[in-house]
Amino acid sequence: MQTNAEAVDTPLDSALSKTKDPQYRMVNRIMCLHNYQPDALIETLHAAQDSFGCITLETMRYISHMLHLPLSRVYAVATFYHYFTLKPPGKHRCVLCMGTACYIAGAESIEKAITEKHHISPGETTSDGEISLLTARCLGSCGLAPAAIFDDKVMGQLTPKNVLKQLQDWRDHVADT
Amino acid sequence: MSLTLEELNDIAEKELSRQQQFSRQIRVCCAASCLSCQDADLTQQLQQTARQQAMGETEIKPVGCLGLCKEGPLVSVHPEGTLYSHVQINTSKAILLSESSLPRPSAIDPGQSLFFTRQNPIVLRNSGSINPERIEEYIAVGGYKALYQAIRNMHPGEILSQIQQSGLRGRGGAGYPTGLKWSAVAKTKSTQKYVICNADEGDPGAFMDRSVLESDPHSVLEGMAIAGYAVGAQAGYIYVRAEYPLAVQRLRTAIRQAEKFGLLGNNIFNSSFHFSLTIRLGAGAFVCGEETAIIASIEGLPGKPRPRPPYPATSGIKGCPTLINNVETFANISPILTRGSAWFAGIGTDKSKGTKVFALAGRVKRTGLIEVPMGTTLREIIFDIGGGISDNGTFKAAQTGGPSGGCIPKQHLDIPMDYESLASIGSIMGSGGLIVLDQSSCMVDVAKFFMEFCTSESCGKCVPCRVGTMQMYTILDKITRGQAQLSDLEQLEDLCDLVRSTSLCGLGQTAPNPVLSTLRFFRDEYISHIQDQHCPAGVCSLLTGK
Ligand SMILES: Cc1cc2nc3c(=O)[nH]c(=O)nc-3n(C[C@H](O)[C@H](O)[C@H](O)COP(=O)(O)O)c2cc1C
Ligand code: FES
Repeated sequence: MQTNAEAVDTPLDSALSKTKDPQYRMVNRIMCLHNYQPDALIETLHAAQDSFGCITLETMRYISHMLHLPLSRVYAVATFYHYFTLKPPGKHRCVLCMGTACYIAGAESIEKAITEKHHISPGETTSDGEISLLTARCLGSCGLAPAAIFDDKVMGQLTPKNVLKQLQDWRDHVADT
Repeated sequence: MSLTLEELNDIAEKELSRQQQFSRQIRVCCAASCLSCQDADLTQQLQQTARQQAMGETEIKPVGCLGLCKEGPLVSVHPEGTLYSHVQINTSKAILLSESSLPRPSAIDPGQSLFFTRQNPIVLRNSGSINPERIEEYIAVGGYKALYQAIRNMHPGEILSQIQQSGLRGRGGAGYPTGLKWSAVAKTKSTQKYVICNADEGDPGAFMDRSVLESDPHSVLEGMAIAGYAVGAQAGYIYVRAEYPLAVQRLRTAIRQAEKFGLLGNNIFNSSFHFSLTIRLGAGAFVCGEETAIIASIEGLPGKPRPRPPYPATSGIKGCPTLINNVETFANISPILTRGSAWFAGIGTDKSKGTKVFALAGRVKRTGLIEVPMGTTLREIIFDIGGGISDNGTFKAAQTGGPSGGCIPKQHLDIPMDYESLASIGSIMGSGGLIVLDQSSCMVDVAKFFMEFCTSESCGKCVPCRVGTMQMYTILDKITRGQAQLSDLEQLEDLCDLVRSTSLCGLGQTAPNPVLSTLRFFRDEYISHIQDQHCPAGVCSLLTGK
């Protein structure tokens, strides 16, 4: 792991400032709620990802300090679980379901269409930082396969056409503003 | 606060008389699937219109899953019971105002539709009829009475024998007798024990547990509390997928309400029994559904399984005896205590008692959530309840048990759906995902799909699973590219055998199942990929040169 600039601060300084930082409010609340017990790690990482969209090295350092866990442990957990991401997400998120029902209903063709049009594969973000494409293992909306999440909204019975339209709408909206 | 039986009855009566003020009830499905296709908040819109029109006699309430997910958004009107499908804002007004000039959504009479008449809801007893966010409605249909009975009038041993006599088996996949599992935990001497509800539902293509949690969360809480009392545990965890935000939210609401009413917490029903519940979020790892991995995950560690024994029943969370059951298993508990084990044991087959909830999806006309007695045949499920194959396709296979299960071909359509019968043809009951495949699916591709799933979900701890699944995937990939030889099939079968018998946990041990079952019933498809470089279903594009 490379060191970065903020590491010049002593861990204590940086931790102290974060305990009061409003951006860390949720993270701090969850840790406090669990009495700073090490078993709160996954819950805390959820709070961090909800707050920042991803889990940065800086956040991991802070959590490791507060929960008295080695940084390696925090890193191991953050990278073991697929739900956590260390890469900052794009402005909009499209999570394509690749579960069984969606797969046989043609989710792959939707993925191909997105890759062709926007030049991103699952796990990647467009170069302008607008759209991230992710995949999931089943959204529990199999009755409406193929399904995907657009930002926070689940939508079903998708086709390559209406998915591309949704992504285009996001882009056009940027052009408007 | 601690409730007495009178107070519990009072709450029920108050709620019932509240409901009696209304002569008409419009139930709007507010489970995730229907919510995702509403063009705006239907419940709110309808409530607003009803207020504007001063329709005080009509109650508009959000309810859990109405079952027929494919036809959503769904709305049902009572007392008639008519079910309306594809309801949008403009057509919903026609239902409310009963005006014939307005455009009307299409109506279904559940009394006439095989989709509904063939079902026998026990787990889904309240799904689609009560508001999942109001504990009063659960209490009004008799909720938490079984818990009262258990705590105040029954000895833990009596509960254990009731559950054992009912013949209930775990609904999470393996079908282990629930009574035996409970007894094993109850027998341990520890003063600290735990109950875990496994709501990880990692099987792709399954949504039973999500629907139960979204539609009737209290039925699960009640089952867990009864389990806690029977085995001597004072705390429980619900481990639920982070991908199910609505289920998580409804669970949180339910726990808060139950705590407020004293149905969770200290001295429940003025007894010496304490029971508290905590929600733990999963983070997208299929292997965390495995019982030792779920424990590691709850402790904040990477979710890697460990060898058993010791089983969680003797050494689970923090080394304490821990009971782990699936969502659906817990939802069965209160009806068993209320209606008796003999009643429950009278449903189903010789060795598989009760009902099973299936998530019916894939190439079938009516996709959705169903609950049928064990032993119902696959044909009845797909053709009567499901209405047959969509788009006039032909049935090819039904996939059960997800990545640990197998494919059931046409010649076995009349198989009764119970644990033993499914195992006898190389599939498993699994947790209840049932995906129908038609002629457009290539069985080698399906096997490859599941193997890809297993390679990426393998936690990497044991070699057979980590390396073996990758090897199998490579061979399957070669086959779908038309670059394999017949000898590769032999190697594939050898690998299946090896991975199955030497993997550490259930993930690896069952990973070969989809391959073995497709090889057993669709070997000719493998052969034609290999010998003729031809994919009969036209899926594998490199072969057909598309
Ligand atoms: C890889 C793997 C994944 C599993 N996933 C789940 C799951 O998502 N939900 C579940 O209830 N059980 C799952 N199980 C089964 C559990 O380990 C356990 O047997 C079950 O929760 C016990 O509950 P039951 O007796 O009520 O079925 C899984 C098992 C394995 C090996
Ligand atoms: S398989 Fe896509 S929602 Fe379940």
